[in-house]
Amino acid sequence: MTPAKDTEKGTPVRLDKVAFSYSEMPFLFDVEFAASKITAIMGASGSGKSTLLSLVAGFETPQSGRVLIGGTDVGSSPPSVRPVSMVFQENNLFAHLSVEKNVGLGRSPSLSLTGVDRAAIAEALDRVGLGGKEKRLPRELSGGERQRVALARVLVRDRPVLLLDEPFASLGPALRDDMLDLLAGVHAEQAMTVLFVTHQPEDARRIGENMVFLDNGMVAATGSVTDFFDGTGPEAFRRYIGAGSGGSRDIARKRT
Amino acid sequence: MRHPRSDPPHKGEGGRRAPTDPRITAGIVALAAIALLIGGAFAGLILEGARDLSGAASAFDPYLLRVVRFTLWQAALSTLLSVVPALFVARALSRHPRFFGRGFILQLFTVPLALPAIVAALGILALYGRAGYFAAIAGQSWPDVYGLSGILIAHVFFNLPLATRLFLEALGTVPADQWRLASQLGMGARAAFRLVEWPVLRAALPGVAGLVFMLCITSFTIVLILGGGPAATTLEVAIYQALRFDFDPARAVTLTLLQIALTFAVVLALMRLGANVTGDANLPVAPRRYLSAGPTETALNAILIMLALLFVAGPMAATVAAGLGADLGRLAGESAVRQATLTSVILGLLAALLSVTLSLSLIMTRRALSLRRRPSARSLLEHATDTGAGFVLVVPPIVIGAGWFLLLRTVSDDFAIAPVMVVTVNAVMAMPFAIRAMRPAYDAASERHERLCAQLGISGWNRLLLVDWPSLRRPLATGFAFAMALSLGDLGVIALFGSDSVQTLPYLLLARMGSYRTADAAGLALLLGAVCLALVVAADWLGRGEKS
Repeated sequence: MTPAKDTEKGTPVRLDKVAFSYSEMPFLFDVEFAASKITAIMGASGSGKSTLLSLVAGFETPQSGRVLIGGTDVGSSPPSVRPVSMVFQENNLFAHLSVEKNVGLGRSPSLSLTGVDRAAIAEALDRVGLGGKEKRLPRELSGGERQRVALARVLVRDRPVLLLDEPFASLGPALRDDMLDLLAGVHAEQAMTVLFVTHQPEDARRIGENMVFLDNGMVAATGSVTDFFDGTGPEAFRRYIGAGSGGSRDIARKRT
Repeated sequence: MRHPRSDPPHKGEGGRRAPTDPRITAGIVALAAIALLIGGAFAGLILEGARDLSGAASAFDPYLLRVVRFTLWQAALSTLLSVVPALFVARALSRHPRFFGRGFILQLFTVPLALPAIVAALGILALYGRAGYFAAIAGQSWPDVYGLSGILIAHVFFNLPLATRLFLEALGTVPADQWRLASQLGMGARAAFRLVEWPVLRAALPGVAGLVFMLCITSFTIVLILGGGPAATTLEVAIYQALRFDFDPARAVTLTLLQIALTFAVVLALMRLGANVTGDANLPVAPRRYLSAGPTETALNAILIMLALLFVAGPMAATVAAGLGADLGRLAGESAVRQATLTSVILGLLAALLSVTLSLSLIMTRRALSLRRRPSARSLLEHATDTGAGFVLVVPPIVIGAGWFLLLRTVSDDFAIAPVMVVTVNAVMAMPFAIRAMRPAYDAASERHERLCAQLGISGWNRLLLVDWPSLRRPLATGFAFAMALSLGDLGVIALFGSDSVQTLPYLLLARMGSYRTADAAGLALLLGAVCLALVVAADWLGRGEKS
């Protein structure tokens, strides 16, 4: 299943010679993420995947360079005004607030919700399969359900860019597949530009269209996911994935 | 190699994107208020010293040196006697995570923290004193408890449970997997102590010992009541005597400056040793099952825990017994008692409110600053919000009180500002404890919520109401109750500023003791102790109830 429904109004994300350093580790990102595509971002631990997302989200500020979202430099905007939503690996929800309120925060940071907002929240919760669980607290949900709540909030926030920082890393394989399907479905409807950081090659193969491979704080290679897994990907990527060429056995098995 | 420095980096990365965080403003205001309080006290001291320089200089005499020596000596002994047994009691408690009454013992060990020093001092007198329960059994041969022995008993009574709890928390940080590993490798009690327990205890030791030493060096009430004479006087008590009895301000200035110098020197020395003078966070102690102790060890541990329990429970039981012996009905009917109770409650509430507000401001500022900075440099402001609050312990209430007493005695009637002094000084004094109760919860909540709030644009009041308040309710209640209990039981400031017109319960208690109305004093001590205890228990319960 290839979701991508190309729309002209999509929003590209571009990091223009963005320099940043963290604890003496320098990063330099110069890369463009195509509008309305799902781009998988892969690379070894410490290669800068999360840092890249933080720069786009606005949790970190570049030392130099520009962060362009839809052609506008957002480098100095606070996170909440940037046209992005983000889903983290964990801690996406406020533990003391109900599912409904957690989603509602995507509409209003003071939870002053209108009837329209409430309808949108209910619809989003239905969409991610959590209808009927509005009043639950996060601790009464499974790990997968919590990530669904986060996804519901992304829906009501309705921003053109979605950043995913290993959101399914702590889920089991079956749940993970369900979530990927859900994500692909949502993307097909909303056509946001998705930056998807993951360690799992299957994630990229399953829903990714483009690939950005990071190594040592820099973009080492970019291209289509298909090319990367065809064995024509860069040497560093093949080393990262393991096995000689053309992807790992793990993946080969998954296909059958 | 690939690290272009051609583009000049934008200035002030943090400030560039974020408008001034209101949390930081709050912290600056709080720090300014504290600085005013302490600065005013110092101004008073300096002005007075300048006025009577020769008087201040002539205060240096052999008696003064003896006072300094005794101050250090009793603090050192108290620390040793509190901390070393605490190591073993904590270890014993951690080795037996489940037994009948364990929870009760831990609860009981928190009581001294909430118990006013004057109440404990009376309890110790009722148990160990010449007219106490032990003397009644032992007869004439029972030694007098006044002097060093009384001071040490009281300090250990307070600090042994505190140190035990802190060590127990340290032991609680040993990951469960390490215990599983230890049991799998067949480590005996001795090996497990050496390889698993001792490393964490040793790491906690300087912090705990430093905290206890600081508390003992600045202890006022205990020494005032149990010192029993010039042979066992500390600097704090000497300051009080110079101001209230000898009317010798010049001498008070010298004593006060000496006390400050001494405590600062001690703190610096402790920080060199790597101690955290403010003490560590109060984490919940989670019982776990791991290595099972053999019969011999179990027996030894039981004896150890029992001894500690008796030592801590003894003075409390004596307080209750002696208090019940008083004519409580008549006391409750006395207008002086009612008035003092009302005054205490009002001043305590105000002090607690102020303390929690100031503490929260500092906590939020510290967190906001530490989030903002790069991992390297910490600003002076961040340091101030971090360790600054702990340093308040270094400047004891008596010192601040003395400074303001001197500053204001020319301007106005000292006794008229008594309520203001009691509230502000007690509020600031309770801050290290309030901060300790609240900071871990705030930092943990912030750790979970910071990015989410930034992402969703939840800030200011929205953040306080929707995010911070729900996760802080309980620790705030704890901090509030703690501050109130401390303030209710404080004798330091009121001893200086109190008068017939402004009396708190501890002040009234002291007056009754001074006029040898021992039964009255015992009855008041019971009342005061019960109120402070009820406060802490209620807040704990309330906080827990609200959460679910």
